This record gives sequence, structure tokens and C-alpha cells, in this order.
Amino acid sequence: MSDSKLMSLPEAIAEFVPHSSTVVMGTCLESMIPFAASHEMIRQKRKGLTLVGPISDICFDQLIGAGCVTKIRAAWVGNVITGSGYNFRRAVEAGTVDVEDHSNFTLSTALRAGASGIPFLPMRTALGSDLFKSNPGLKTITCPFSGDTLAAVAAITPDVSIIHVQRADQFGNAHLWGNLGVTREACLASDKIILTAETIVDTELITRDPNRVFTPGFRVNAVVHVPWGGHPSPVPGFYNRDHQAFLDYRDDSKTSELFSQWCINWVDDLAGHQAYLERLGEHRLTQLQLKHHILSEPVDYGY
Amino acid sequence: MATEPPAYTLAELMVTAAAREISDGEVVFVGMRLPLLGFLLAKSTHAPQAVGIYELGIMRNTVAPEPILTMGDLPNFHRALWLSDMADMMGLLQKGEVDASFIGGAQVDRYGNLNTTYVSHDQATETRMPGSGGACDLASLAKRHIIIMKHEKRRFVPRVDYITSPGYGEGPGWRQRVGLPRGGPAAVITTLGVLRFDIDSREMMLTALHPGITLATVLKNTGWPLRIDSQLTVTPVPTQAELRKLREFDPQGFWTAD
Repeated sequence: MSDSKLMSLPEAIAEFVPHSSTVVMGTCLESMIPFAASHEMIRQKRKGLTLVGPISDICFDQLIGAGCVTKIRAAWVGNVITGSGYNFRRAVEAGTVDVEDHSNFTLSTALRAGASGIPFLPMRTALGSDLFKSNPGLKTITCPFSGDTLAAVAAITPDVSIIHVQRADQFGNAHLWGNLGVTREACLASDKIILTAETIVDTELITRDPNRVFTPGFRVNAVVHVPWGGHPSPVPGFYNRDHQAFLDYRDDSKTSELFSQWCINWVDDLAGHQAYLERLGEHRLTQLQLKHHILSEPVDYGY
Repeated sequence: MATEPPAYTLAELMVTAAAREISDGEVVFVGMRLPLLGFLLAKSTHAPQAVGIYELGIMRNTVAPEPILTMGDLPNFHRALWLSDMADMMGLLQKGEVDASFIGGAQVDRYGNLNTTYVSHDQATETRMPGSGGACDLASLAKRHIIIMKHEKRRFVPRVDYITSPGYGEGPGWRQRVGLPRGGPAAVITTLGVLRFDIDSREMMLTALHPGITLATVLKNTGWPLRIDSQLTVTPVPTQAELRKLREFDPQGFWTAD
């Protein structure tokens, strides 16, 4: 039997997300965003990070505002229900953060190339767009078979993927359900994987349903038990999206002074994730819980 | 002359106009914000057989059981047709199996090129916007796409500062020349009217004015000499049935309040 990979969130971030890492987060887009892990990165004052992800919702904006980031490789950085990411905007306009502009599809394909061990993949998207001017990982090529003009998107091979999941065992075997976004290619493309999990379960519970496994457990480096670790993003089977948190964040990030106060209130002043949950309060968490439970039928993997 | 205040909001009119762009049985790639409502409205009125694809990896052919603000809200997962990878959804788009897509824009030009990345104010200053998200893909790869945006002079410019999502580029034949496989913008639904694209010149052309909006207002808010369709019409107002549905989908008026 292999060794347990269970560790605390501060330990996992300290060990597997050193300064200047290239980190993938927000691989399910609006859902399952590993906010507890990104807040811990802020708490540990990481510097020089490159963040990779399709849209990230407000996760990347917070890390940028906290001064952790020097480069963004993403399709969109903002607040999904309100629009602008003010820290992102300020940092790019001030020249303190570089951006490699992707579309969602070029980002997913770049990770797929990284996952497959090839330098690039051909696509038909983005041709004629100015993404080619602000992303050195995009070139046009000629199809060797048809002669068509194609886009070539360079592989992205991140240092670490941070993935929030519904359940994992102590060895890194895990289940994720709902939409998958770019999670599978992100994990395979990355050198290391940190899982934050709503629940820690027995290995048998995972291996009895291997179709729900999104990446092999042996490639996972750390498993962290973080209930509500995706808050305020939604987690299928666990809790709904906390829209109010995203609305409040719009107001709380409009100026860098306001954001500094937000960061003190919601990250730096809190010893860790448990303190964050206490600040949210029982009532607010109860409001977000599922009101309808809809179970799928078990399937037979017999032989 | 006193006029009755309209019984609908501008956003409701725009969402209704957007919904009417969807035909029954079509496969539609649904963008964030107002398009979310447009698809739900079409599904529950004239296009019950339409299929919706959401870039995060959701496909559905039914209306979500409760109101949603984002495509990632859990009611949007309930009894989905398919929950999968983004690459599968985008792959179908790239193969040419998506009839229509919906996107928003911050800046648009006469050929329907959209910018959601950078706006230049003068030589020295730029405003950074969130970026493409899936919009570039939806504009590049769907058989047609529909744009929803505010109609203001600073947004309707002769030439966008940055092409995030390609329209007809520099005019006829451009999409083919750069290698795009198909498509192009079919309509721009704005706060003032509906615009379509001339089949020969590929230039944007005003085809409908929203009720109460004058031609002068549209021209004043467009940054180039806009072509006007000889058959200029007035955007049909939402029906009571459409409004009832819309208010079910957005009971707090989050997207549709004035």
C-alpha cells in the first residue's frame, strides 16, 4: 500500500506551490473553484505565480490583488455575474501582470497538448483574431494534408493543478461529478496535483465507480480535506453558488484600498479555512445547502 | 402627447429579440448573462426542440427547474442531456454542428468584429477588459452568431482596437482568407435596435428600431455612416406570454430590470 497523501492545506500549499509556480485553477469554470486553496496562497504570500485557467471567476482577481501573480494565461478574468475584475484591470493597466490571451478553446487545447506530450495542436478557432498578437503560443500553420490554414496552439505544461472535488481517498483517488470543464487535460498536463475534497472516503468507494474518476490517483501529490473548499462557487451534490459573495466582491474590489480591506477581512485576518467558515456563519452556509437531493441509480460494474 | 409607459423593460425587449433568433430544433451555444435567458425563453416558447450547449461542459434540452444567474448554477445541471469536458462541447462547435451562438460585446465595428480585450483611449492609456472567454470560439466556429450589446458611439466604432471575436474582418471573403471554416455574425441586438449584415458588402445595416427609438438616435450613437435597410421595421414588443416566462426565469430582475 502506498503512503497517505493527506495533509493540511497550509502544508500542501507550502510544499507544492512554491514562489514562481505555474498553477492551474478553476478548471470547471463557474463551479468547483478551489477558493480555500487560493486564499491559503494569499495567506502564505506567494510571489511570482503564473496562473492558468479558462475564466477563473474572481479567484484570479483576488490573487492578482494580493500581489501573488506576475503572469496570467487565461481566456477571461473577471466576475461572471458582474463583469470586470478590477484588480486584473488595474494590474494589467499598470503593467505589473503580463497576459497571454487565450480563448476557452485554445486554453483547453493547449492543456490537451500538454497532457499528450506533444508541442502543439492544430485548431480552426481564433483565425483572424488579435489573440495571435497577445499570445506567443498561437501561430498559423498550413495543414500538411489539406493545405488549409490552421491555428497552432502551443502546449501548456503547468507545475501544479489544484482541483476541488466532492470526494477523495487518502491516496489521491477521487470522484468529480457535474461538468468537467478542462479538469482532465489540466491534471494530465501538470507535473503535480493537489486535491481539495469535500469529504475523505474509503478507497473502495472510489474504485467501485471508476467512470467517475477524472484522473489517476497515483499522479496526485496531496489530498486535503476542505469542506466548503469551493465556496462561494457551487459544488454539485454539496452546495449552491453564493451569489451575494460575488456581488459583495464587486463592491469590495473597486479600488485597491477597498480590496486591501477585503483581503484583511476574508483572508489575512483569518487563521485558516475554519475561521473563514466561522466568519461566513452557520446561517449563511445553511442557506446554500441543497434543497433537493436527486440521486442517480447505481450501476453494475460486475463481471 | 402622453404615452403609456412600456409594460416591459429594455432588457426584456432585447432578450425577446435574441430568443426569436433561435429556430426550433437548432443546436445553440449559449453564452453568459443575457443569452442564458434568451435560450430559456426560446426553449419555452417557439423552439421547444432546441438544444443548448454551455462551454463549461453542459448540454441540455430542457429548461432548468429554478432560475439561474450563471450557467454553473446547480439547477442547470439537473437532468442535463450531458455533463462532460469543455473540449467535447467546443469540438462539436469546431466540427460545424452548432447552428447559432450568442455573445456579448464591449466594442463592435462595421464588419461585426468584437472587442472584449483592450480599448485604447489615446496613445498612452488603455482599458483592459476581461477577455474572450469562449466568445472568440463561438464567433469563429458557429454557423452564425448573434451579438447582444449596448448601442453607444464609443462602442460602435469604425474599427475595433483589438479583434477578440472575429466578425467579417475587413469585408467580403475575409473569413475564408484567414482560414475560418464558416459562419459570421447574423444579427446585432442592441439597446436601440437590431442590425444585420449586407450580404454583398458584409457591412452592418440597421434593420429594426426598438419601439420609441428614432433613426437619428441610432445614427448619433454609431461611429460611422450606418447603412439603413430599405425595409426598416420596428422590433416586435414582447408578448404577455414571453414576459411571463422571462419573469419566471429572472424573478428578481437581476438581468432584466431597468
